[in-house]
Amino acid sequence: MAKHVLNCTVNDEPTEVLVQPWDTLLDALRERMGLTGPKEGCGTGDCGACTVHFDGKPIASCLLLAMQARGHTVRTIEGLGKPGALHPLQEAFVKHGVPQCGFCIPGVLMAAAALLTENPRPTEEEIRYGIAGNLCRCTGYTKMLAAITETAGAAAGRRS
Amino acid sequence: MRALAQRGPETKLLAGGTDLLPQLKNGLLKPARVIDLSGVARLRAVESANGQGLRIGSAVTARALELDRTVRSRYLSLAESGALVGSVQVRNLATLGGNLCNAAPSADMAPPLLALDAEAIILGPKGERRVPIATFFTGVRQTVLAPDELLVELAVPAPGAHSGGNYLRHTPRRELDIAVVGVASQLTLANGVCTKARVALAAVAPVPVRATAAERALEGQAVTPDRIARAAELALEAARPISDQRGSADFRRHLVRVLTRRTLTTALARASA
Repeated sequence: MAKHVLNCTVNDEPTEVLVQPWDTLLDALRERMGLTGPKEGCGTGDCGACTVHFDGKPIASCLLLAMQARGHTVRTIEGLGKPGALHPLQEAFVKHGVPQCGFCIPGVLMAAAALLTENPRPTEEEIRYGIAGNLCRCTGYTKMLAAITETAGAAAGRRS
Repeated sequence: MRALAQRGPETKLLAGGTDLLPQLKNGLLKPARVIDLSGVARLRAVESANGQGLRIGSAVTARALELDRTVRSRYLSLAESGALVGSVQVRNLATLGGNLCNAAPSADMAPPLLALDAEAIILGPKGERRVPIATFFTGVRQTVLAPDELLVELAVPAPGAHSGGNYLRHTPRRELDIAVVGVASQLTLANGVCTKARVALAAVAPVPVRATAAERALEGQAVTPDRIARAAELALEAARPISDQRGSADFRRHLVRVLTRRTLTTALARASA
């Protein structure tokens, strides 16, 4: 079947790639653009490992057909921070030693970053709700919670 | 709409994709064509019909319902049901129309719409028709929609002053689970008397159902804890639950009683506020 041209903005760069009509956005990011930060865990929207920002909102990129991203804006973990200029959440995750096997971490960071953008001072309950769609099979949730809580608190401290 | 008119059983409509994509991936569905509705502006709109109620596009996401100010202020049970679907990553994709058209007996957004007397606005080759949501579902995963028809909007009448609603469901896990039982209640009061009562149940019959005996027991009365307890018993008359891996029929009957009582109690408090 003929491939389609997908034009969208990925990590602030206008991007044009060829995709199959049945490719998901996750397929396009990983296989056509070489962005392997988002992971395929379940492929059915249950685990959150494929979380990216779609027009600023967190989505499961395994549930969106790539062509549905035409004209839209996508951000992956590769566009959240850069080496030497990490996102405050990434700094906190390093400091707290959050990653164990690391597979879930890109998705957790994207979910947490979206949460803090929408709600800069979340309660513990709101943080738990915000990352409820991200499964960590190493069960490292306690440190995630600590790192996200500290990041939100530090941002609040800078503002006041 | 031309593509819609020409579509046959080989074509599937795609809105949020949270149900369709897994079915495409595991080979349950092999459509020749998939039509993406996510870019159709009319289907994404939540509009107040100048005091006459709300028109909600079928491709409005669960997350949009959860956060929409108007929905939260006047149609809270619907916002509550949107907030319970999947995770935030799924709610940003999953749509109201998808939840209804997939017609799972456990669909969370169906009971609030039943309790709010909503109507489905359906577009087909012969024009538009309106179907009360109470008759929209015809069986497990079956609706009144013909293959060449599209669910466009839900028309939700304004509940009026002194009206309150609530949706609750029971799930073993708090997040990312499917209702064992879901119950929505809506109460409207005038001078301390209930002028309209609605109780709707999910996951206790092949389709979402209204518990009309419970409703009749409340209308025309002052709503007291005793009458709420009586209505919770009567709600069982509408329930024909099955036993499956999520829960036994007996457990589901127990949940109907408990959740009807709790939602009516909350609806009363909200209507009285």
